[in-house]
Amino acid sequence: MEYVIQADQLTKKFGSFTAVNAISFSVKKGEIFGFLGANGAGKTTAMRMLTGLSQPTAGQASVAGYDVRTQPEQIKRHIGYMSQKFSLYEDLTVGENIWFFGNIYGLSRSVIKSKTEQLLQELQIGSVKKQLVASLPLGWKQRLAFALASFHNPEIVFLDEPTGGVDPITRREFWEMIYAAADRGTTIFVTTHYMDEAEYCDRVSIMVDGNIAALDTPSGLKDSFEARSMDEVFVKLARG
Amino acid sequence: MNSIQVNGISKAYGKVQAVQDIHLDIQSGELFGLIGPDGAGKTTLFRILATLLLADAGDATVAGWDVVRDFRQIRRHLGYMPGRFSLYQDLTVEENLRFFATIFGTSIEENYDLIKDIYQQIEPFRKRRAGQLSGGMKQKLALSCALIHAPRVLFLDEPTTGVDAVSRQEFWEMLQRLKAKNITILVSTPYMDEAQLCDRIGLIRQGRILSVAPPDELTAAYPHPLFEVGAQNRYQLLQDLREYSPTRSVFPFGEFLHLSTRHPVDPMDIREFLAARQHREVVVRPTEATVEDCFMNL
Repeated sequence: MEYVIQADQLTKKFGSFTAVNAISFSVKKGEIFGFLGANGAGKTTAMRMLTGLSQPTAGQASVAGYDVRTQPEQIKRHIGYMSQKFSLYEDLTVGENIWFFGNIYGLSRSVIKSKTEQLLQELQIGSVKKQLVASLPLGWKQRLAFALASFHNPEIVFLDEPTGGVDPITRREFWEMIYAAADRGTTIFVTTHYMDEAEYCDRVSIMVDGNIAALDTPSGLKDSFEARSMDEVFVKLARG
Repeated sequence: MNSIQVNGISKAYGKVQAVQDIHLDIQSGELFGLIGPDGAGKTTLFRILATLLLADAGDATVAGWDVVRDFRQIRRHLGYMPGRFSLYQDLTVEENLRFFATIFGTSIEENYDLIKDIYQQIEPFRKRRAGQLSGGMKQKLALSCALIHAPRVLFLDEPTTGVDAVSRQEFWEMLQRLKAKNITILVSTPYMDEAQLCDRIGLIRQGRILSVAPPDELTAAYPHPLFEVGAQNRYQLLQDLREYSPTRSVFPFGEFLHLSTRHPVDPMDIREFLAARQHREVVVRPTEATVEDCFMNL
């Protein structure tokens, strides 16, 4: 089995506060891995270490074959990242955003050009290429942000609460993009507060107070917690 | 008695029609949910009813007062929790609460009973600056501040967006207790599962109210045959079911897909169709519609 993320006793302390407490887990290639937890459970801190933005206090992890301690720049080059809070430049046009991200990832002019056409066609947004991103509906922005997070064919895409606030159909269209990417072999690491979306993941981990309190397939979790839904599993675990 | 009445309210920003010809009748003591996605017009409607924005057309009353003529009375008797955290980040928890109490000419002590349940959960942190609180705690402080003057009507604009499932559940339990104290509550949310907890809900999209009903009535009135369908490869299942001729719509719904069909279909027929396409571990059974199914059907 090929693993693209392997965390071993990964720990982060801020002063005397342990935000992430020696977590160990692995994510397989092409897997959709749900990373859940209550606000303040340590998800963001763990994700920052896995994306090379923050150094662990103890323990280690490899992401896309690179060490988070010694090769954070390599990691950034081989992953995609999208968050609801920030992903695109609102005051640049769609075309300018694509051009910008392509350059940041070091793609050549000709590659960017051909990939741009392909992307505009796939998302059916050719008509708004010259419009400012700020003027697009939220659902379009999210799909564009996901496409740009995957623009350089990364092995893993990290999605931090990607679907907040959008309507139910747009949310599902977004998940279809995720399925399609996973089907092509891209690994997806996703956080969400929508428990129905936790069901769309191949496996789900739930963090409580800095620890991974449970990790299994959605149906495995429901069985072991004698719960009918992931919502129930989550509430049982997080309420303690 | 009607606590909130809205008659033909419309508002445009330049060319964008934010809300259009909205009519609502909300009873005193009712917990009413405004359900819709980002950009549906929920916040605009809140701002008009909170006397912070003038409508282009139509009129409305809150607790019997006109939103234009009687704005002073409304402001005195309305609690409003905006979608964006709007407390003073550099004041402590306690200072914020005291500030809002003073503004309304009351004191924390006078109305402590009303906020006790909620405020007690954050009281251990009363010396902490509001900016340093976690999302769930900010939300509890904001609700305490919105309640400290014992309002008759409470507006909550997406109070649970970005909040985890446990805090969301606790928040709704608090709302049920406030409702029991006869406070009229108008709450908006993009989470359709929360709609089930309201007395009545209005579905809003692109500035228009599409339907108003108790959640049970809304779901019972779903007009199409609906099945939940599962199989091992869900992505393939989704694509295959789109090619099934009776299919009206098919969407992922948690563990299963929800398949609605143009006409009644025998579940056996669906199973055979999927077996022919090599699906394994196939589950097909009729299911009840949820608020989300209804929303997507509009």
